[in-house]
Amino acid sequence: MDKLVEEICAIPGGEGIRLCIQCGTCTASCPNASRMEHTPRELIAMVRAGMGKEVLSSNSMWLCLSCYLCTVRCPRGIKQTDLMHALECLAVRQHLSTARTRTPIMYRSFSDFVYSIGRVPEMGFMIWFYLLTNPLRALRMIPVMLSLLKHGRISLKARRLRPEAERQLKAILDRAEALGGLS
Amino acid sequence: MRYYTYFPGCSSSEGGAKAYGWSAQAVAKALDVELIELEDWNCCGSTPYTSVDELASFCTSARNLALAEKRGLDLVTPCSACYVILSRTNSYVKGYPELRAKVGEALAAGDLEYHGTVRVRHLLDIFANDIGYDEIASKVKRRLGGLKVAPYYGCQVVRPEPGFDHPESPQSLDRLIESLGAEATRFPLRSRCCGGSLIISEEDLALGLIHKLLDSASSDGAECIVTVCPLCQTNLDIYQGRINKRFKTNFNLPILFFTQLMGVAFGIEGKDLGLKKGIVPVEKVLAQYIER
Repeated sequence: MDKLVEEICAIPGGEGIRLCIQCGTCTASCPNASRMEHTPRELIAMVRAGMGKEVLSSNSMWLCLSCYLCTVRCPRGIKQTDLMHALECLAVRQHLSTARTRTPIMYRSFSDFVYSIGRVPEMGFMIWFYLLTNPLRALRMIPVMLSLLKHGRISLKARRLRPEAERQLKAILDRAEALGGLS
Repeated sequence: MRYYTYFPGCSSSEGGAKAYGWSAQAVAKALDVELIELEDWNCCGSTPYTSVDELASFCTSARNLALAEKRGLDLVTPCSACYVILSRTNSYVKGYPELRAKVGEALAAGDLEYHGTVRVRHLLDIFANDIGYDEIASKVKRRLGGLKVAPYYGCQVVRPEPGFDHPESPQSLDRLIESLGAEATRFPLRSRCCGGSLIISEEDLALGLIHKLLDSASSDGAECIVTVCPLCQTNLDIYQGRINKRFKTNFNLPILFFTQLMGVAFGIEGKDLGLKKGIVPVEKVLAQYIER
């Protein structure tokens, strides 16, 4: 699993994983650490101990809020939040993302819109997310949707890019895909 | 007149935070600031995309930077989530040569190039530091005397980059609120997380965080909360009813964008500021100041 350490180091922000002194400042700062299967500090120890598979199939990084408290407090300057994003990407690439959190599907639903039209209409994205997870859960959202509708805060359509701009973005993203990621 | 390239982001352009976009433009005009929208901008790159496909996210982000570079002005966004991602792309493309090479190659497929010269700014930074509190105070037509406002910064406007304010004890929004004549409350959780997009996938977790914020703000005597991010506004406003049910509380705190509060003090009409877009009504708290 040294390979995993190398892959993480190849992702910008991930290289700090070698610097960790296991002080636990990240865990103490994290609003969601208590709900993670492994705390932020543990994740680093586990990756370095060759337990990559357990790390990548856990719910931990998917509970990261990207609030960057750990990052600004780390005495070793590790970009812990970016490390979480790197773990998420690697889990996706290795098809190891967990079913114990809906965040991977939520992120996927969001990203689908970015890739296909370049912008994210909030309601379209929510509907797509519920279709991909549990459409019945969408029923709970009806009161929220109705109050948003009443206040004119729902738009199903995003204002689109001009067609040539949409093609330009697509060309860029297709080239990015051909380059095969960061690591 | 000051000119900036403006990046509204999805939420403040046509999404749930339209009122932010409207009020930002109205207030900018009053301050002789022209926010010129970046033509054909796309999604900032976004934290969700970064967590699924980092290179694609960097390239999405870099297209905006490349387009903005042609204009030669600072790139300003009112959205903290866009701000953090655009800034990150900007500094990483400069700091990581391999990333720069890959992003450059991808951009070339769209006949674009990026040389790293754009400055990414948050709208709060522009008003607080380019315009300044004295200039803001000089435009006030209705001083918000006596109004107690909780300054809510959230996370990404102050972290992680060493930016324009302190990452854990920021002050710029406090001073801005005070320049309008209002009182900024202490609000100890001012730079803690609202749950962000995890309100959708992990509602229980996020509701717990929002509850703590509302509790902290109201126990300090705030009559309303002011935010600098569409996602923060959405979470605190839309989910307040659900919080009250779940935690048997009685919060009734209007959640305003800081530009809306400025607009009210500048005497701009309520409809131009989208004051009716709030789910928790703002009228009662602001009644004596609102221009009809």
